[in-house]
Amino acid sequence: MAEKPRRKYLITRNLDYFFTEVYHISKFISRFFREVFRPPFEIGEIIRQCYEIGYKSLALISMTGFITGIVFTKQSRPSLSEFGATSWLPSLVSIAIIRALAPLVTSLIAAGKVGSNIAAELGSMKVSEQIDAMEVSGTNPFKFLVVSRVLATTFMIPVLMCYTGIVGLLGAFVNVAQNENTSFTAFMEGAFSSISFLDIGSSVVKALCYGFTIGIIGCYKGWTATNGTEGVGRSTNAAVVLSMFLIFIEEIILVIITNNLR
Amino acid sequence: MIIQEHNISSREEPVIRIQNLYKSFGEKKVLSGVNLELYRGENLVVLGRSGTGKSVLIKIIAGLLKPDSGFVEVLGKEVPKLNDRKLKELRLKLGFSFQHSALYDSMTVMENLKFPLVRHKRNLSKKEIDQAVDSVLDSVGLLETKHQMPAELSGGQRKRIGIARTLILNPEIMLYDEPTAGLDPTTSIEINSLINSVKEKFHTSSIIITHDLTCAKMTGDRITMLMDGQFVETGTFEEVFRSKDERVQEFYNYNFIK
Repeated sequence: MAEKPRRKYLITRNLDYFFTEVYHISKFISRFFREVFRPPFEIGEIIRQCYEIGYKSLALISMTGFITGIVFTKQSRPSLSEFGATSWLPSLVSIAIIRALAPLVTSLIAAGKVGSNIAAELGSMKVSEQIDAMEVSGTNPFKFLVVSRVLATTFMIPVLMCYTGIVGLLGAFVNVAQNENTSFTAFMEGAFSSISFLDIGSSVVKALCYGFTIGIIGCYKGWTATNGTEGVGRSTNAAVVLSMFLIFIEEIILVIITNNLR
Repeated sequence: MIIQEHNISSREEPVIRIQNLYKSFGEKKVLSGVNLELYRGENLVVLGRSGTGKSVLIKIIAGLLKPDSGFVEVLGKEVPKLNDRKLKELRLKLGFSFQHSALYDSMTVMENLKFPLVRHKRNLSKKEIDQAVDSVLDSVGLLETKHQMPAELSGGQRKRIGIARTLILNPEIMLYDEPTAGLDPTTSIEINSLINSVKEKFHTSSIIITHDLTCAKMTGDRITMLMDGQFVETGTFEEVFRSKDERVQEFYNYNFIK
């Protein structure tokens, strides 16, 4: 009988935690929008972060994009060949890559690599009082650390997404060229014939949203890290899990919106 | 020349005034009616056991924490009432040396020192910035560490660089949070001497938070003892430890035995 009140307490406590977290993240986002338009603008730091986030992710993104293209083509061929429709492979692969795989794979890889990096960096700066040191030296640490990183992820994830799309299509072509006698030009013509401006536009919008999510969640979790190195580890883990979860939620919403526009 | 000498006027002119300061964290009362005055040109040591709210006190002075109630005035400005811009202006006159130095891990020593300078002294040329960095590194005796990363420095060196980074903006007031914590006795004495030389050379007024009696004796013109959220004794080192207050005697004896 003693179980009941404890379970009730657990539920209310979890709900309380959930709503408190939503409130704090909302406050953090509203602070971001207040600070982003207010000078001074940390242009140098934004460019440095773009380099860190974009350029330094290229190797990983290239690998995963290429492999995604190959694997997806390999998996799709048996089903299409059953109907004698392997000539549709370039169209099918390009629709899948441009509409869904490129933004999703890029942002999930970035959530793991970039989001965790941001949370760990800011978290360790927080627990070692480096953020306080920045503040007492007259520099706005939110603007320098958070705004620059969130802008960098928001700008760079769409760029990386476009790159993943191209590399993914190249991977698909490699597989198609191995199995069918298709030239590069013919493959690309087939691939882009079924892609509309809406497909590319919606993917860029998706990537912008995912980039913002990765940046803001990574920064929030790092900014609110407590309890020393253990807390930094927990924040880093939470940043990855939460941003991946939010990316999937956003994916569902954006797919519904895009489909209504078609 | 970046480093300027501050005017040393009457000792009776307080640069920091705190009255009836209260601060709690949840149920835990940390400061319960604290009153304090720091006079121009003096080193005031705040002594007390760990967890008595010493660091909270200087974080309130620097505007990093908001008090629950009370009056906090620094250089004629009431800190809790300042807006962001005015607080930033005030902070440029304060130097805060953190307990664990708080050097930016991703930057070299030189970049750490340049960081506040390039943001707040935009009229300086690259050559003047380099000269200022060299000058302040020379003041703390670590010119040779210029291109090293913070991770390559010893604890004592990190403390010195942390102090140098605050000095580069030529502050009027220095706030030292546990300057000798975690250092061996010889390095602690070197840091204490550095605190005294900073006062002489840069004419700063300082609050030194510590639980180290040697540090208090070496650096303090005046010592005040924080216990149970209030100052229980204030005076010179000898005056404070002549106190009949059991808590003060216990603190002294514990440190002596240690």
